[in-house]
Amino acid sequence: MKRCCLLILMSIFLCCNPVTAKTPKHILVMAAQIDDMISLDPAEIFEFSGAEYAANTYDRLIGYDVDNVAEIFGVLAESWTVADDGMTFTFKIRQGVTFASGNPMTAEDVAFSLQRVILLDKSPAFIISQFGFTPENVKEKIKAVDAETLVFTTDKPYAPTFVLYCLTATPASVVDKKLVLSHEQDGDLGYNWLKTNYAGSGSFTLKTWKPAELLMLDANQKYWDGVPAMRRVIMRQVSEAATQQLLLEKGDVDIARDLGADQLDSLKDNPDVKLHPKPKGGIWYLGLNQKNEALSKPKVREALKYLVDYQQMADTLLRGTMIVHQAFLPMGFLGALEDKPYALDVEKAKQLLAEAGYGDGLTLTMATRNTSPTMDMAQAIQATFAKAGVTVEILPMDGKQALTKYRARNHDIYIGKWGPDYQDPHTNASTFAWNRDNSDEAKSKPLAWRNAWDIPEMSEATDAAVTERDPEKRAAMYQAIQREHQQVSPFVIMFQEIEVAAERTDVKGFILGPSFDSNFYYNVTK
Amino acid sequence: MKTTPSIMAGIGLKIPAIFFSVALTFLGLLFITFFIGRVVPIDPVLAAVGDRATPEVYERMRIELGLHLPLYQQFWIYLLKVFQGDFGMSVLTANPVLKDIQRVFPATLELATVATAIGVLVGIPFGIIGAVFRGRWPDHILRVVSLFGYSVPVFWLGLVGLLIFYGRLDIAPGPGRIEVFYEGMVDPVTGLLVVDALLAGEWDICKNALAHLVLPASILGYFSTAYISRMTRSFMLDQLEQEYITTARVKGIAEWRVICIHALGNVRIPLITVVALSYASLLEGSVLTETVFAWPGLGMYLTQSLLSADMNAVLGATIVVGGVFIGVNLLSDLLYKIFDPRARM
Repeated sequence: MKRCCLLILMSIFLCCNPVTAKTPKHILVMAAQIDDMISLDPAEIFEFSGAEYAANTYDRLIGYDVDNVAEIFGVLAESWTVADDGMTFTFKIRQGVTFASGNPMTAEDVAFSLQRVILLDKSPAFIISQFGFTPENVKEKIKAVDAETLVFTTDKPYAPTFVLYCLTATPASVVDKKLVLSHEQDGDLGYNWLKTNYAGSGSFTLKTWKPAELLMLDANQKYWDGVPAMRRVIMRQVSEAATQQLLLEKGDVDIARDLGADQLDSLKDNPDVKLHPKPKGGIWYLGLNQKNEALSKPKVREALKYLVDYQQMADTLLRGTMIVHQAFLPMGFLGALEDKPYALDVEKAKQLLAEAGYGDGLTLTMATRNTSPTMDMAQAIQATFAKAGVTVEILPMDGKQALTKYRARNHDIYIGKWGPDYQDPHTNASTFAWNRDNSDEAKSKPLAWRNAWDIPEMSEATDAAVTERDPEKRAAMYQAIQREHQQVSPFVIMFQEIEVAAERTDVKGFILGPSFDSNFYYNVTK
Repeated sequence: MKTTPSIMAGIGLKIPAIFFSVALTFLGLLFITFFIGRVVPIDPVLAAVGDRATPEVYERMRIELGLHLPLYQQFWIYLLKVFQGDFGMSVLTANPVLKDIQRVFPATLELATVATAIGVLVGIPFGIIGAVFRGRWPDHILRVVSLFGYSVPVFWLGLVGLLIFYGRLDIAPGPGRIEVFYEGMVDPVTGLLVVDALLAGEWDICKNALAHLVLPASILGYFSTAYISRMTRSFMLDQLEQEYITTARVKGIAEWRVICIHALGNVRIPLITVVALSYASLLEGSVLTETVFAWPGLGMYLTQSLLSADMNAVLGATIVVGGVFIGVNLLSDLLYKIFDPRARM
């Protein structure tokens, strides 16, 4: 009997050969890490995979060219004007667009979607509310005048591109008012329903979402700008990068999204696979807590900036997944500074440390997320810091634990990544170079606050830059802030992230944008 | 005339006692998990609202999650809800915890059951052979095989297994429970894909799901094989030295009967405990195997929830794990009573 069962098992193992199942021609299959996705409501989505989902299933008023961010164009807005006061934006809404539900899209839907973000006030709401909208005034300030016209009034004149870029972000996605409200419960504006459902007009529609397991999208057969070639897109949660690589090599997925430098290296010579790199906005940095006495000395901060072997790390450790970048605005942003004044210089660092009174060395801890590449980077930094007598004790911990420690200002050094929330320079300037209240009870906790860096003048400059309406002057203002920041800040800015998608060679047209809400599937063919 | 109480009557008498001890165990489990969850240095609000939320949003979520209340009050509220069958919402998946567990547990159940079956079917014969050929080459070979299974990290074994059987030899399917394009084609009835596909009469899907099970289940099964075979071997050695075995042999009973009927018959009782414990530990979900094989089971769910301080999910999953453990233990007690007359007293 037992032998019989064993034989059956063995034969199953041998006979259930899946005959190397290649992905069907009209289905795009991706191996990805989608376990960060906690909501499907665009008013709440604030995670990488969630942003990508919304980008493909919802439309916004405007979009930007992924290769040249300065190029802004209308999507659901056909055109727009900015009044002379710099505060009133009037959008002419595209006609003839229908939602996947079949309901026609009007200015009323756009107004509702933006108002809804403010009224629900979820994590990303500040992207829209920073223009002076509150639950009390938003119905007045964002208004559909008629079916084709939307008027959007800010509280003061901002740089127009600042406003427009924010309207390209995830919370500005337009939802189907009629459908959403039909699922409203207790005045929740359909939030509890939309969290796991879909009400958009984008090129794809939601078929299935199994959290941390699978996301399945179907082509929107009613899409106003042409039905995509892929009938279905499937994103499958594969946490392990080596497993992703194996699936890709076997052709069981078309694209692997989260490969590390090691996997990418070993795929370089594979004729069936091509690598598709795109610089993203993510900035890798060290945050030096100013509550630590040693780190609060300007010369110590400067010394540490000379103790990172930027180029060596990029070449040997990060190989193609990051490039050296030393200012807080990522390349591609208005006013981004590309100067790289720092390189490994142990002698200079030793001298600076001696001048600061730490010639005999010092000991620091580094709160480090226990995953790759953070751990590897921390170890490389630990090695070069040691050359000048700076002993770093790496404290490995879970990502959220490290973040909790960081936000409580309990760290010495924090190593981490910051990604912009939208394509305007203010997104990074307002966190790296703005801190109005350095007290422990402060309401706003930007990165400058988390490192206890008190900067009243620089905050002033940052606030001035966001209201400057002349783009050239504005760019110059950001450059000046970054130059000073580069010299004095407690941030050792090291790298800009590059996202690399590994694709089967037959896959064409997958668009990787500079942000996670600008990765698109509608052009994909294979 | 002396009456022997029947098995069921014996258990019937103990029901209140069993119930009480189960309830107490659950309460203790909840209590410990709840407080561990509150002292881990991870901010649960952060997990819910993300790093960029404004202070107002943060504060509102804190109140929504009830974290502004004193700990004992939080625990009390939670207990009351659990008694009403409400395990709360998971922050991570935006779904009720109960619904999540209904989704992830069958995946683990499927894997653990097949793995245990492999462990039993391979491990027990291995153990018997080891005992019978004690100190000779079959014993040595099996010992090395078991030792390997016991000492190599499952993570590595899983990856290498995939690389060889899926990557190179092409005889096993890739990771996941099923080929993606079959995804969502059968309605979940039991949650066990193989069974659901059979119920729906979808032979192809059933075959595919079964094929996806084989490799991860074999790797997990290898571990229980190693454990079960070592235990079987030592139990058998114990029995084979007993006098009744010598008597049986002297009586001229065929050697296979002596081993398989006489000795094994006595070994099956302690073996039940071994198998039950190994099954229960697999039912907790094997995080590493689930990660390598992209298997959306309980282990992965519990780990992800824990690392995000998603306490409703962690507590819900812990209760399931605890329930499974207690259930399997009760079951092995029951089997004991069936197989061992002494335990009926």
